[in-house]
Formats: sequence, C-alpha cells, structure tokens
Amino acid sequence: MIVATPLKITQALAGSRIDRTIESRFTLMRPDPPPRGSPRASGIRFSRMLLPLLLGLPLVLLAGGVYAVVASRRPESGRRIHGAALAVCLLLLALALGYLLARDSPLELALPLGLPWLGMHFRLDALSAFFLIVVNLGGAITSLFALGYGQHERAPERVLPFFPTFLAGMNWVVLADDAFSFLFAWEFMSLGSWALVMAHHQEPANARAGYLYLVMAFFGTLALLLAFGLLAGPAGGYDFAAMRAAQITPGRSALVLVLALLGAGSKAGLVPLHVWLPLAHPAAPSHVSALMSGVMTKVAVYGFIRIVFDLLGEPVLWWWGGVVLAAGGVTAVLGVLYALMQHDLKRLLAYHTVENIGIIFIGLGLALAFQANLLYFNAALALSAALFHVLNHSLFKSLLFLGSGAVLTATGERDMERLGGLIHRMPQTALAFLVGSAAISALPPLNGFVSEWMTFQAILNSPELPQWLLKFLVPAVGALLALSAALAATCFVKAFGITFLGRPRSPAAAQARETDRYSLAAMFVLAGLCLLAGILPGLVVDGLAPVVALLNGGARLVDQYNQPWLTLVPVGALKSSYNGLLVMLFMALAAFAAALLIHRFASAVARRGPAWDCGFPDASPATQYTAGSFAQPIRRVFGTLVFQARERVTMPPPGDQRAARLDVELHDPVWERAYAPIAAAVIALSTRFNYLQYLTIRHYLSLVFGALVVLLLGMALWR
Amino acid sequence: MAMTEYFVQGCHMLLVLLLAPLLTGWVRWVKARLLRRRGPSPLQPYRDLVKLLRKDVVLADSASWLFRAAPYLVFAALWVAAALVPTFAGGLPFMWAADLIAIVALLGTARFFLALAGLDVGTSFGGIGSSREMMIASLAEPAMLMMVFTLSLLAGTTELSSVARFMLTAAVGLRVSLALALLALTIVAIAENARIPVDNPATHLELTMVHEAMVLEYSGRHLALIELGASLKLLLYLSLIACIFAPWGMAGAGAGLKAYLFGGMVYAAKLAFGGLLLALFETSIAKMRVFRVDQFLGAALMLGLLGALLLFVSRSL
Amino acid sequence: MHGLEFDIAHFLAGGMVVVSFLLLYQDRVYTLLNTFALHSLVLALAVGWQAYIQEAHHLYVTAGIALLFKAIVIPMALRRIVRQLGIHRTLEVVGGVGRDMLAGTALVALAIMVMLPVTAGADALAREDLAFALAVLLLGLLLMVNRHNAISLVIGFMSLENGLVLAAAGARGMPLAVEISVAFSVLIALIVIGVFLFRIRERFDSVDMQAMDTFREGRRK
Repeated sequence: MIVATPLKITQALAGSRIDRTIESRFTLMRPDPPPRGSPRASGIRFSRMLLPLLLGLPLVLLAGGVYAVVASRRPESGRRIHGAALAVCLLLLALALGYLLARDSPLELALPLGLPWLGMHFRLDALSAFFLIVVNLGGAITSLFALGYGQHERAPERVLPFFPTFLAGMNWVVLADDAFSFLFAWEFMSLGSWALVMAHHQEPANARAGYLYLVMAFFGTLALLLAFGLLAGPAGGYDFAAMRAAQITPGRSALVLVLALLGAGSKAGLVPLHVWLPLAHPAAPSHVSALMSGVMTKVAVYGFIRIVFDLLGEPVLWWWGGVVLAAGGVTAVLGVLYALMQHDLKRLLAYHTVENIGIIFIGLGLALAFQANLLYFNAALALSAALFHVLNHSLFKSLLFLGSGAVLTATGERDMERLGGLIHRMPQTALAFLVGSAAISALPPLNGFVSEWMTFQAILNSPELPQWLLKFLVPAVGALLALSAALAATCFVKAFGITFLGRPRSPAAAQARETDRYSLAAMFVLAGLCLLAGILPGLVVDGLAPVVALLNGGARLVDQYNQPWLTLVPVGALKSSYNGLLVMLFMALAAFAAALLIHRFASAVARRGPAWDCGFPDASPATQYTAGSFAQPIRRVFGTLVFQARERVTMPPPGDQRAARLDVELHDPVWERAYAPIAAAVIALSTRFNYLQYLTIRHYLSLVFGALVVLLLGMALWR
Repeated sequence: MAMTEYFVQGCHMLLVLLLAPLLTGWVRWVKARLLRRRGPSPLQPYRDLVKLLRKDVVLADSASWLFRAAPYLVFAALWVAAALVPTFAGGLPFMWAADLIAIVALLGTARFFLALAGLDVGTSFGGIGSSREMMIASLAEPAMLMMVFTLSLLAGTTELSSVARFMLTAAVGLRVSLALALLALTIVAIAENARIPVDNPATHLELTMVHEAMVLEYSGRHLALIELGASLKLLLYLSLIACIFAPWGMAGAGAGLKAYLFGGMVYAAKLAFGGLLLALFETSIAKMRVFRVDQFLGAALMLGLLGALLLFVSRSL
Repeated sequence: MHGLEFDIAHFLAGGMVVVSFLLLYQDRVYTLLNTFALHSLVLALAVGWQAYIQEAHHLYVTAGIALLFKAIVIPMALRRIVRQLGIHRTLEVVGGVGRDMLAGTALVALAIMVMLPVTAGADALAREDLAFALAVLLLGLLLMVNRHNAISLVIGFMSLENGLVLAAAGARGMPLAVEISVAFSVLIALIVIGVFLFRIRERFDSVDMQAMDTFREGRRK
C-alpha cells in the first residue's frame, strides 16, 4: 500500500542526514509501523476504521444539507446545521491531525460505487491528511462564525443546504484515489460553491459572477479531465495507483503539467485564470467567502500537488519548475497590485488571495526545479515553505473574510470609502482584523512571515541549480516575491486603515455595533492560531515533514522540535535561523518596559483635544484620505505600467459652479487582452451561425445528411 | 562564560539605545557646521527626549487605542531590530534569533504600525504621510532584500555575524556586486530614514513631508518614543553598512574585555565617520519631487537585482 | 592571473555596466554628459588595467585615447553644442526611467546568458569581459532606441562604441592601427553630428526626434 517512488540520494546530501532519511523512509515502508507509544493492536484497529470514518462523516454533512432543504425556513435550523457542521469538522480535524502526527502508513479503501469497471477508490496519506486539516479547520471556524453570522442571513434557504454540501465535497476531493471520484467530488465542490455564490442572485453583479464562475469551473474541470486521460493512457488505468505506476513519455507529461496548471490554476486563481475569483468570492455570504478563498483555493493547490508531484512522478524536467515559478511570480505581483486598486473590502481580499496563491506556486515551482536537479533537501525546504503558506493563508484569509463579514453585518457596507472609524465601535473585531492584516503582510512575529522567510531561504539556495535560465529566473522571481510582500503591507495598511481607523465616512459606519460572540470567538481562534504558528514554526514544520517526505522521495527537513529555544533552522545552523518566539518575547519586553518606565517615571497624563492637523480646524470626515487617495502613489508608480492608469483633473474655470473632478481610468490588462477577444470571437461566431436557427426542415435534413457523408468520408480516408 | 556573554548582549542592547540620539545629534551638528551655523550641541536630542517624555500627551478626539499603542510597538520593533545588528561584537547569544531578512521584516512591522497610526486620527496630513511612506517602502524593501540576496549568494548565509566574519576573509575579493549592493543599501538607508533627497527630516512643510506628516498628531511621550525609534533606525542602518562593508575591528564571540573595548572604539569611529558622510551628502544635494523618488528607489531595486545577476557571472566562471 | 588582478579587472569591467545603467537613469542633458564622461573614464581605467596585466603596451595607447577624447574632449564639445543650441534644460520624459531600467536589467541578463555558455572554453577574464561588453552595447542601443533627444542618441552611440572597445581589449585582439582609426572615425562622427545638429536645429527649430517624425509624417500625406 506504499508509493514506491524510487529512492534517490544525491551527492549533495550530508552523510548523517542520508542515514536519517533512509531510516525514515524505511519506517514509512514497513507494513504497519507502530505509532509512538501506543499499543500495536489498537493502532491497527484504529487505522482500519479511520478511512471509512473520514469518508462517512461528510455524509452527515450531506444529511444536514438535505435536512436544510426541508427545514431551512425554521429559525432554529440554521443553528442546528452550523452546529452539526462544526462538530463534524472538529471530529474530522482531530482524526486527520492524529493520523498525520502518528506518521501512519497510507490507508486505502475501494467502494463498489460509481463507474462499474472502476469503482470508487479512496486513500488517506500524509498529503490528504494535511489538506483535510486545512479544509476542516476552515470548515469548523466558519461554522462557528456562522452560528452567529447566519442569523443575519436574508435568504437562509439558499445558503443552508449548500454550505454542508460544499464542505463534504472538499473533504472528498482530498480523499479521492481515482480520476472518477476526484472529478466527481471536485464538481460537487464547484457546484456547491456556485450555488452559494448565487445565493443573492437578485443582484446583477452576483449573477454575472456566478456565470463567469461556472464557465471557468467547467473549463478547469475539462483541463483536469484531459490531464487524467493522458495520465491514464490508452489502457485506461483511471485509479491513481495505476497512474503512479504508469510510465509516460516526456512530451505527454509536459502536457499533463500544463493541463494541471490550467485546471487547478483556474480554481486556485493563477493569473490569467483568476478573473472569476474576485467576482465570485465576495458575492457569497462572508463565511462562505472565507471558505472559498481560504480553503477551496487550497483544495485546488492540492489537486496540482497530487497530479504533478505524486501521480506524474519521475522524471521531473527542469523547465517545469521554470514555468510554475514564472506563473507564481507574475501572479503574486499582479494579484497584490489588483488588490491595491480595489475599494470594495471583500473584493480586495479576494484579489489578495491571488497574490498568496502566487507565493504558494513560487514555492512549488522551486521544489520542482530542485527535484529536477536531484537537490532533494532544497526541494524539501521549498515544499515545506509552500505547504506552510497553504496553512497560513487558510488561517489569515479566513480571518480577514470573517472580519469583513462582521463589518458587513454591522454596517451593511463593503465599500471602504463609506467605512472608517470602526475601531471605536467594534474594538474586538478590529483587533482580530489587525492581527490578520499583520500576519498576511508577512510581519514578524506572526505566521505569514515564517513561510515567506522559508521561501526566501529556498530562493537563496538556488545558485546550486545548473540551468542558466533558472539561475536568472529565480533571482527575478525573488525580486517579485519581495515586491509583492512589500506591496501586501501597503495593501493591508490601506484595508485596515481606511476601514477601521480614522473617522466614520457614512452614518452606517458611525452607528456600527460590535458583532456577536460566536463570530468574535471564531475570529479570535484564528488570530491565536496565526500567532501560534508564527512563534512556534518549528512544530508546524515537523508536522509537515511526513507530507514533504511523501512528495519528495523521502527527503525532508531535519527535525525542528529539539532545536534550542524552538528556533527554526531549516538548512543547518551555519546558514540561517529564525526564532519567532524570542523575537516576540523581546518585542513584548521592550514595549512593556518602555511603557512601564515612562508611565512610572516620566508622565502618564493624556488629555483629549481636537486633532491638530497643522492648525486646520473642524475638518469634515470627507477630508480624510480615502482608499483611492491612499493608493494614488502606488497607482502612479506601478499602475501606469500595469493598468495604463490615467488621472484626469477637470478644473472648471473661476466663476463656474460645477465641482472640480478627478477621473481615474484603469484598464484590466488580463481581461482586455485575453478574455475580451475570446468573448468577442464567441459572440461573432454565434451571430454568424445564428441563421442556423431559422432554416427550413429540408435544410436541416440536408445539413444532417451532409454531416453524415463528411464523417463517413473522413473515416474512409483516414483509414 | 555564558553569563558574561548574556551580559555583553545586554550591554549591546543598552548601547544602541543610548547611542542612537547621540548619532542623530552628531549628524545635525555636522550639518549645521557645514551650513556655517553654530548649531545645537550633539547632546541636544537627549534634552529633547527628556523634555518630551515629561510633557502631557494631547490626544486627538478621534484617536483610538491603536494610536496610543503604536509608539510602543514601533519603538519595540525598532529596538529589537537595532539590537540584532552586530555593532562592536558579533556572534552574541541572541543574534541568531533573527537573520537579515527578519531584521528587514521587523523594520516593516514598525513601519506598518506607524502608517496605521498616521491614518488613525483621520486627518489629511496623516493620510498623505502614510500613503507616501508605504509607497517608498514598497520599493525600498525589495531593494533591500535584493541586497540581502547578493550577500547571501556570496557568504552562503543571511546571518549577519557570519556575513561579517565572511567579509573579513580573503575569499570576498573586489566585486562589482558588492559595490552595487552597497549603493543599493545606501539608497535604501537614505529613503528609509527620511533623509534629504527623499524626505527632509527638518521640515514641517506639506510638500516635503512624508515621515513628519505621518507623526504629525503625536505629542509628549509618544512623540519621544517615535523620535527615539527614528534615531534607532538611523543607527541600525549605519551599523548595518559598517557591519557588512567595513567589519574590521569587530570582536568575535567570547572575546575578552580588551577586544570588546577595542571593538567599541572602532564602532564609534565608524559611526562618527558614517554620520559625517551622511551630513556631507545631505548638504550637497537638493530634495527630489515625491514622484521622482520612485525612480530613485526603482534604480536601487534594479541595481540590487543587477548585483545578484552579476554575481552569477563571477561565480560560474 | 588571479586574485587581486582578476578582481580589479572584473570590478572595472562591471563598473562599465553599472555606469551604462546610470546613463539610463539620467533625464537631464548635462548629467547625461557627465555620466558619459565617467563611462569613458572607467573604460580608460579598464583598458589600462588590461594593458598592465596582459603586458600589452599598445593597449595603453587605447586607454589614453579613451581618456583624452572620450572622457574629456567629446563631453566638452557636446556640452558646448548643448549650450549653443540652448537645450540644456530639456528634460527627457520618454516612457519612464523605471521601464528603461527594467528592460536594461533584462538585457544584462540576456547578455550574460548568451555569452557565458558560448565562450565556455575561453579564459575566465575574457569571457567575463565579453559578457559585460555585450551588456554595455545592448544598453547603449536601448538608450538610443528609447530617447527622443538627439544628444541622447549621440551618447547612446558613443557608449555603445565604448562597449566595443572593452570587448576588443578583453579579447586581446584589436591591432593598434584599427583602434586609432576607430577612435578618429568616432571623432569625425562627432563633428558631423555636431554640424548636423545645428543644421537640424536651424531647419526644424528642435532637436527632438519625435518632432521631426511628426514633420515627416506630415510631408508624406
């Protein structure tokens, strides 16, 4: 029941580590490794039950969905469904976590369902377990949030049935072990989320978003279907085990890589396939947005990893890494630049997801490049960084979307230009959102920094790559990564500063009320996890080790838990280390010591007065910096290049009563260059073929006849 | 043995804190002399700090808890960052807690909270300062990281003490990449410390304001902390340049008292010289338009990238 | 040849690339001229150092020519022309410096990527010199392509020629006679260009290439 990827050790490995890796591989390959400390027999019974349990629990969710169809109009049903979802997700989370920590061997299960000659195969290995954790952590937290947030839902009957369905679909995707179950669960997930996007379909923007999402989702599934078809080969081995065993030609495997990039990338939001994401994610209710942005994009990443790292297997060609790296770098910078131009809070967050997907793909691309050159320890670093970022992004992006949901319920506004000053009215939401903003901006001592730091360390090891193109590409991508990190900080100063700070820009913002305690609890759990993962990164890296070993021919990072002071030393002490715990302790000590000393010995008095503002009295809130004006320098510096941004000032002559205007014109390069021509071509074609709708019966018959003859002729000639 | 090392670490942290205002005062004094003014004594920043600390704080009506917490956070982040840069001695017990990338990110933390504080009161000046500061940072930070990249390619580590040790060996040689890295780091240092071609630390005029506009609403002890933070940042950058490009005389880990004293004297000399150069540079150049700054920093970013690229040339031969 | 000798040669040749970059960064005519003078000065030093380490004495002459003509005479002559034409306050606002520098970095990468694999067998210093020389050449071309001002065109052309000299010095090939004739032809080119600039200016009242383009477009219609 083991993936038998050939064991590869390179000359680059240090001696002692080779031994340890081989050792760890052998423990992995033993038929039934005894879990640490627990008796052997119970371990077996537990693991035999585990996979059916993991598969069955989502059925409870599905049952919840069915119940919701019947009972969604009853007021208590929402609470019941979200409560049940919370319980199920927590249970699944605990099981997956237990499995991952026990470093158990993979479990498999075949059910006589689905296609008769194939059946449905399911499999639990370290990779699935890790993504189960991500999915169910997000699921549990959003369910908790929805316990409170769901009360404000206008049309619960449109949300409640699909929320558990969506969760169940994501759980099944990561457990699937053949192409049919994978695609089935994938579509389940897509359609479930599509229904949630369309929950408020009366708004025309949402309907458009739903339409675009549907088109892109089908495109993605088609690409994945073709990828699986190529992997299965003519013999039709559609279960993953057969695909792993099959050897395919380099040309075909390149095609599979491209198709996986298209299929998973369109769901994850790689530029230029991201167009649906910033429209669809914000259209759903906020806890669903959190799930879609924080979790579903990760399931897409899972799909990519499963296909490229696991199923495709050896040999990895070096330019794959280059392609993925370039896609990741461009995605990261464009994503954050798009986000900076937004003034709708939820859309800003959705665009920012694109950036983070880019960072994850940079890590994956590096890992591919290293693997292609048999530099497995560097690949382990890059993979750990990417997976760590997967976890991190699911934490803070969920947190931020939940925060935006709290703002939305409190004010009814998503437009940042009409918010402001919420920190006074909603201090706890503001604190949680602040933690999320700092974490996503990669600021120490929070978690976002750790994964970006690890990605940087992986980039810094790139000179070992022999290919010239990669040698130049990797530093360039490093520059893009650095740029996107810096821009992300700008973006979240804007998001937090304009939304929560300053003075209220609308009556709705001035009368906001703090959100309910379930929502707050959900947000604070996430904020706490962000901090924990930031100050104890070594433990997370250890948790990821079996996943990395699985994808990386057994090589993984050295154990971190026994490093002094819980320092993160991924590449050996001489290279570099980072200790979030100490950094946080020092910062806290310095801040508290300063506060204490100053308040004790200097002055502790604070008076209130009107703002100074260089002596300008009684400025109206409209004179504050807005989201648009905050981004203006960035728009001038980067926007002219990327978005062809133009600013036009219309100043009426003296005496004219009209107001002066500042018009900003932005172009979306991806939409205008890639999608608009396709849409135009489709429309042109369909108008041209429109006359086919109005033919006489004889013409139709002759068309059919003609088509038949042409087909037969084709067959005859082709033979 | 271990105890003395922790003691030295503590001394180091206190030293950067105490030395920072003196450096600021020194630069101001030299600048004043260059302009043929008498200028306040180099000790003036200490007097200013004490005065500010003892004054009441006047908070704007619309200020939130973040506005009050930010100075402490900013100060803490900058102090920790400054304390992690080797000054008179390398390889102190806690210096491995954060490498150069983490130091850059800590500076980012400080900037993040300061920019938020600028937006908190809800005035247009705070906004203009925050927005421009973030624009500058969004180019300066990648330029800095590119410099880190170059160094790390050379030295094989991002740990500052190890980098400093490496730069003393003969393996370094004379490299264009290092010159480019120095150039990029200098530009970044000038921009990040709001020095003249980018921003003017001595004005409160609307058009030249970036940093000063952002902290316009601060008063009393809060302002004192922010001023001290700014001094620490200047010290940090000068120490960084000294540590990477002129690591001579720095005491190693576990060196004796004599080595530490010698290292301290050399460090003081380096700081004084660096401050002198900065003052000279500032008096000899005019301030740029705000929207010329992006080209200035973009050049730094490109030079940093070029440095990394050129390094490949000399490494692969 | 190793150690310090190599380092200094590398430093000077790399310095040429850096100064070429600084040329791209300039948007004022006088600073452009000064930077070009610096470019030629670095070239003179680089060639002089090559002469020393290769013990090739004719290269001293090359270095001397570079120093005398390109670092002193030509910039001063151009400065005179600029002053007489009254275009010293003209600002270059084409496309944006940022875009130029981005393109420049890509070109340097391209130059390295092309040159190093091709010259795999050669001596380290020669390989590096060739890569840098190609980079300088490409940057000069970029300057010529992306600037409208005629003076910038001239500077771009001259810096390109500096790149050629660097390549020749590194490759230990160019005979002295060729070098001298090239230097003089450049000087003559300068004179011709100078005369033409005045003529152009008399005719069109501008030395902005774009203005001339529009004029040509107008005549074609």
